[in-house]
Amino acid sequence: MALYNDTVMDHFMNPHNVGEIENPSGRGVYGSPVCGDMMLVTINVDENDIITEAMFKTYGCGSAIASSSMATDMIKGMTIDEALEVSNKKIVEELGGLPAIKIHCSVLAEHAIKNAIYDYAEKNGKHYKGLEGYVPETDPDAHEHGCQVDE
Amino acid sequence: MRHVYLDYSATTPVKEDVVNEMIPYFTEKFGNPSSLYAPGLEAKEGLNKARKQVADLINAEEREIFFTSCGTEADNWVLEGVADAYKSKGNHIITTKIEHHAILHTCQYLEKHGVEVTYLDVDNEGFVSPADLEAAITDRTILVSIMMVNNEVGTIQPIKELAAIAKAHGVLFHTDTVQAIGNVPVDVKDLGVDFISMSAHKIYGPKGVGALYKRAGINIPSFVHGGAQEKKKRAGTENSAGIVGFGKAAELAMNGLAEHAAHSDQLRRMLWDKIQAEISDITLNGPADFTRRHPGNLNVSFDYVEGESILLLLDANGISVSTGSACSSESLDTSHVLNALQVPPEKANGAVRFTVGDFTSEEDLDYVVEVLKKVIDTLRKLSPVNGMEGWK
Repeated sequence: MALYNDTVMDHFMNPHNVGEIENPSGRGVYGSPVCGDMMLVTINVDENDIITEAMFKTYGCGSAIASSSMATDMIKGMTIDEALEVSNKKIVEELGGLPAIKIHCSVLAEHAIKNAIYDYAEKNGKHYKGLEGYVPETDPDAHEHGCQVDE
Repeated sequence: MRHVYLDYSATTPVKEDVVNEMIPYFTEKFGNPSSLYAPGLEAKEGLNKARKQVADLINAEEREIFFTSCGTEADNWVLEGVADAYKSKGNHIITTKIEHHAILHTCQYLEKHGVEVTYLDVDNEGFVSPADLEAAITDRTILVSIMMVNNEVGTIQPIKELAAIAKAHGVLFHTDTVQAIGNVPVDVKDLGVDFISMSAHKIYGPKGVGALYKRAGINIPSFVHGGAQEKKKRAGTENSAGIVGFGKAAELAMNGLAEHAAHSDQLRRMLWDKIQAEISDITLNGPADFTRRHPGNLNVSFDYVEGESILLLLDANGISVSTGSACSSESLDTSHVLNALQVPPEKANGAVRFTVGDFTSEEDLDYVVEVLKKVIDTLRKLSPVNGMEGWK
């Protein structure tokens, strides 16, 4: 008996892409320990807008860590436009599902990746359709409703 | 893989002597205790013996013990029963912010039905101030309900002193002793309380059995209607095997109290010493004076890491503990008890409760600390907030 399926447990117990890239192309943070989870994503992007490297550090529960591992796996080799399409639903699908109450944990990865791409775009004066109108938030706690995030 | 269970406050294994006492009540003494022939009378005899054993544990009379399905039912019964029976006197109940949900959720239910509830604050070790209780009592107050031992941080309340304040104002006093019985002395006469709630499965008895102690002379309505069981107060065919098991567990708890408490306390202190020696950036939650907390309870916050991931990695190594982390709860809120103790949320999210018990050994704790050190180290390496200045 386990709380999570084998894929989730495998990514939690042996997470991929753990760490922080030195001088990355983009760096994004989302969440806070007050809210129970926080993720730092660093990415390297080549001249063709392809994400060549993605690493993470996460404070959080099993599903937050597993989602971080899976999401960074997913975006490696993607173009920026493709990576901006990686939603929390796709991350959950790749993980083979999460308990209903844990779905919000996968939102963490989606937002942190978006923030890293935003950072890259800002630094390089680039524009992407997926970032139009996007205002990065680093801390969902800033909302008046506290730490709850959209599902 | 080695298995170490350190969650005795969640539940306990049933002791072999208890199981042996129960078995005949499933097979040859299976009769309905209300029946007037031999198998029924044998079952009835089992109930009577158990009632005596439970009464003895808390220095009560047999007629003051009413068996229920669990401690939660006893809590519900007292609050709803007093609110109903004393409604002509008043509609105000006083409790605390650190009660079990069996009390808090029942209070919220009663609030929807016109009862006013005061939730007393506690200090940062979980203690209720007697002065606060005194100040909260009004001429409309009908009941004070304060748990004797907190399930998360182990705080032992000065129940005798608090009950005396209620009594001086002519207000009934209930204490939930689910975590207390078997761990600290509970003497209803000495404490001067009117009601207590108990549960069998926290004292090496079976799940599905609890009891309400109701001081003789106080009347509250029946909680379950339908038959003459439990002096018509709690109908339904008795869980005779379970009740017999509760009785035996109560007898063992009474006879073994001093030894059990000393064993638990010694191991708990050892665990705390080992954790402090091996792991940095930690905080003890609950009373620093271990003589004022549950003998087996240790609650520790590990900075920069989250409780559910600690729990999962310990579980993968055969170790069972619980956590106050938001992510481990259905509501996604951090523990209401740690909140009431003013533990900051980022520390509450990294809180782990360890409770040792009769089957815990020193070798178990060596193993636990060895694994725990690795687990915390692994998670801290994974954490973006490790060592971050002002990380909260």
